Amino acid sequence: MIPTAFNAVLAVLMVPIGAAALMALLPGYRLTARVNVAASALTLLAALSLFITERPEPGVYFFIDDLNIVFIVLNAFVGFTTSVFSASYIAHELETRRLNDVNIRFYHAMYQVMMFGMNLAFVSNNIGLMWVAVELATLTTVLMVGIYRTHEALEAAWKYFILGSVGIAFALFGTILVYMVAQPLIGEGQDAMVWTILVQRAAEFDPALLNVAFVFLLLGYGTKVGLAPLHAWLPDAHAEGPTPISAVLSGLLLNVALYAVLRFKILLAASPQAIAPGPLMMTMGLVSLVFAAFMLYRRRDIKRLFAYSSIEHMGIIVFAFGLGGPLANFAGLLHMVMHSLTKSAIFYAVGHIAQIKGTQKISEIRGLTATHPGLGWALVIGVVAIIGVPPFGIFMSEFLVVSSTFARQPLLAIPLVFGLLVAFGALLLRVTGMAFGEPTGSTAPAQASYVPMFAHLVLVLGAGIYLPPPLVAWFQHVATLLG
Amino acid sequence: MNGLVFDVSHLLAGGLVLVSFLMLYQDRLSALINVFAVHALVLALSVAWQAYSQNAPHLYITAGIALVFKAIVIPVALHRMIHRLGIHREIEPAVGTGLTMLAGIGLVALSMAVMLQVTPQADPLAREDLAFALSVLLLGLLMMVTRRNAVSQVVGFMSLENGLVLAATGARGMPLVVEISVTFSILIAFIVIGIFLFRIRERFDTVDVGALDEFRGDRR
Repeated sequence: MIPTAFNAVLAVLMVPIGAAALMALLPGYRLTARVNVAASALTLLAALSLFITERPEPGVYFFIDDLNIVFIVLNAFVGFTTSVFSASYIAHELETRRLNDVNIRFYHAMYQVMMFGMNLAFVSNNIGLMWVAVELATLTTVLMVGIYRTHEALEAAWKYFILGSVGIAFALFGTILVYMVAQPLIGEGQDAMVWTILVQRAAEFDPALLNVAFVFLLLGYGTKVGLAPLHAWLPDAHAEGPTPISAVLSGLLLNVALYAVLRFKILLAASPQAIAPGPLMMTMGLVSLVFAAFMLYRRRDIKRLFAYSSIEHMGIIVFAFGLGGPLANFAGLLHMVMHSLTKSAIFYAVGHIAQIKGTQKISEIRGLTATHPGLGWALVIGVVAIIGVPPFGIFMSEFLVVSSTFARQPLLAIPLVFGLLVAFGALLLRVTGMAFGEPTGSTAPAQASYVPMFAHLVLVLGAGIYLPPPLVAWFQHVATLLG
Repeated sequence: MNGLVFDVSHLLAGGLVLVSFLMLYQDRLSALINVFAVHALVLALSVAWQAYSQNAPHLYITAGIALVFKAIVIPVALHRMIHRLGIHREIEPAVGTGLTMLAGIGLVALSMAVMLQVTPQADPLAREDLAFALSVLLLGLLMMVTRRNAVSQVVGFMSLENGLVLAATGARGMPLVVEISVTFSILIAFIVIGIFLFRIRERFDTVDVGALDEFRGDRR
C-alpha cells in the first residue's frame, strides 16, 4: 500500500498520544525513558515522511502546507534530541532523589502529551482546534515546571499559569471575534473557523472587527511567545522546571505560539482594508529585544540568563516577520530554526553543568573548560553561536534581518543593532566567567549525553557555511506565502 | 428577531456585568465566593436563554455545566477549602476599592466604545453581547490584578472565563463551544485541586501570592 500523507498526519498525532498512554502504565524509569526516545524517533520519522508523501486536501480539521511542515519537522527533531538528553538528565535526578518513580512516569507521559499538543496545533486547519491545542501544550508544561514541588517551582508554575490564562482568554476572545467576522459571509458552523476557507474569503471581511480580533490574538498568543511586557512568566518557568523542559520551552513551545500569530498575520494580510499587522509586530519585537538585552546584564542564575536570551531572540524573529517581504520573512524563518537548535543545545549543556555543580548560580560556576572540557566548550560554542558570531547560522540570519531593515526602515535598524550589541556584550561577559578562570565546585566527571548538543551545534555551524539549495528554495517559497 | 428575545438576553448579559462589579468590592473571601456563585447562575440563565432563542440545544449542555459545576460544585468546594485553611475572613486588595471601581467603570466604557464602534453591521444582539462579554472579561482581569490572594485570583479567572462563554454563546452557531466550556471546567478543577494540594503539602505558609514573592532567583 502506498502511504498517503493523511496517514503521516495521523502518525504525527497518534504516536505521541499512544506513547503517553503507554508510559503512564509502564513501571521503571529505564523502560519509560527508552519508550520516550523511541516514540520521539517514530514521530520524527512520521514528520519527515510528510515531505515525500502526497498531501491530502485541506480538511475541516487538518491540513498540511509548506509552512507547517517546517514547524512540524523542527518540532519533531528537537523533541527527539531532547528526549535523548532527557534520559541521561532524568537518571541523575533519580540518583540525587530530586524526583521519584511516580514523578518520572508522570513527566514522561506529559512530555508526549505536550508533543501531541504542539503537533496538533501545527496541523490544525481549524482556528478553534488550534487554540485548544496550544492551550493543551501550555498546560502540560505548567504541570512539568512545577514538578519539583519546591516553593520556587510552585511559584514559577503559578505565575506561568496565571499569565498563561490571561493569554488563553485573550486568544480565545480573538478567535471568537474572527468567527463573528466570518459568520455573516461563510455561514454558521464549522466552515467559518476553517483557516483555508477564511483566507480565501478574507478580502470581503469587515476590516474594523478583524483589526480588533488581531489585537487580541497578538496579545494572547504573544504572551506565550514571551513578548515584553507579557514575558514575566518565561524566566521563572525556565529556571525552576527540569532542564529538558526549559529546552523544549525555548526551542519549541515559543515557536508554536509564533506559528499561531503567523497564521493570523497571513489572514490579515489577505484582507486589504484591515490594518497592516507589521508595525504592531515590529514594535513588540523591538521592545522585547532591547528590554531583554538589558536584562541579560543583571542575571545571577544561568537558566534565567538564557531564558532572557530567548525573549531577545523571539523579539528578533517577530520583528523580522513584522517587517515582512521575501527577504525579512526568509531571515525570520531561518532565525527561528537556528535559534531553536542553538538554544536547546545550550540548555542541554546547562542542564548537565547545573547537575554537576549542584547550583544554577553563575557566580559559583567557574573554569568549566578546565574541569569539564566537553560541557564547557559546548557552552562556549553555543553562546558564540547564539550571539551571532560568524560562521554560525545565527550570524547569517541576523545579518539578513539587519540588512533588510537597513534597506526598508533604516531608522529601525538603530535600536535593532543596538539591542543585538548589548546582548552580545552581556552574554560574552557571563560565559567567559563560567568557562574560564580558576575552577570552582565539584569536578566529578560528567555522565552527559554529548550527542544531542553537538549534533545541534554542527547543524548550526553547517547552516552558516552552506545552506543546501533545496532548503533555500523551500524557505523562499514559504517566505512568499507569509507575505 | 422579536423584542422579548432581545430584551431578555440584554438583561441577562447586563446582569452579568453588574455582578462582576459586585465582585470587585467584596472584601471577604466567603462573600466573594457567594457572589461568584450568583455570577455563574446568571451566566447559566443567559446561556440557556441563548440556547432557546437560537434553537441550539447543545448550548443547554454549556448552561448545565455553568449551573452545576460553577454555581454549585466549585463554590461549595472553595468554601470548604477556605474554612479548612482558616482564611475565610481575609482578603487584601492590593489597590483601594474606590480606585478599583473607577478602573472597572473605565474598562466597561472602553469595551463599549471599542466593540460598538467596530461592529455596526453585526446583528444587534450579538454585538451587544460581545460588548458585555468583553466588559466581563476585562473586569475579571482587573480582579486578578488587584487581588493578592490565590483564591480570589482564581475567582477572578473564573469570572473572566464566564465572559468568554458569554461571547462564545452569543456568536450564532459557533462550533466547539461545548467542548471549550468542558475544557475550561477541567482546567478550573485542576487549579482548585492544585491550590489545595500545595497547602496540604505545607510548602506555602499562606495562600497569599504576595508572600510568595519573597523568592526572586536573581537576588539569591
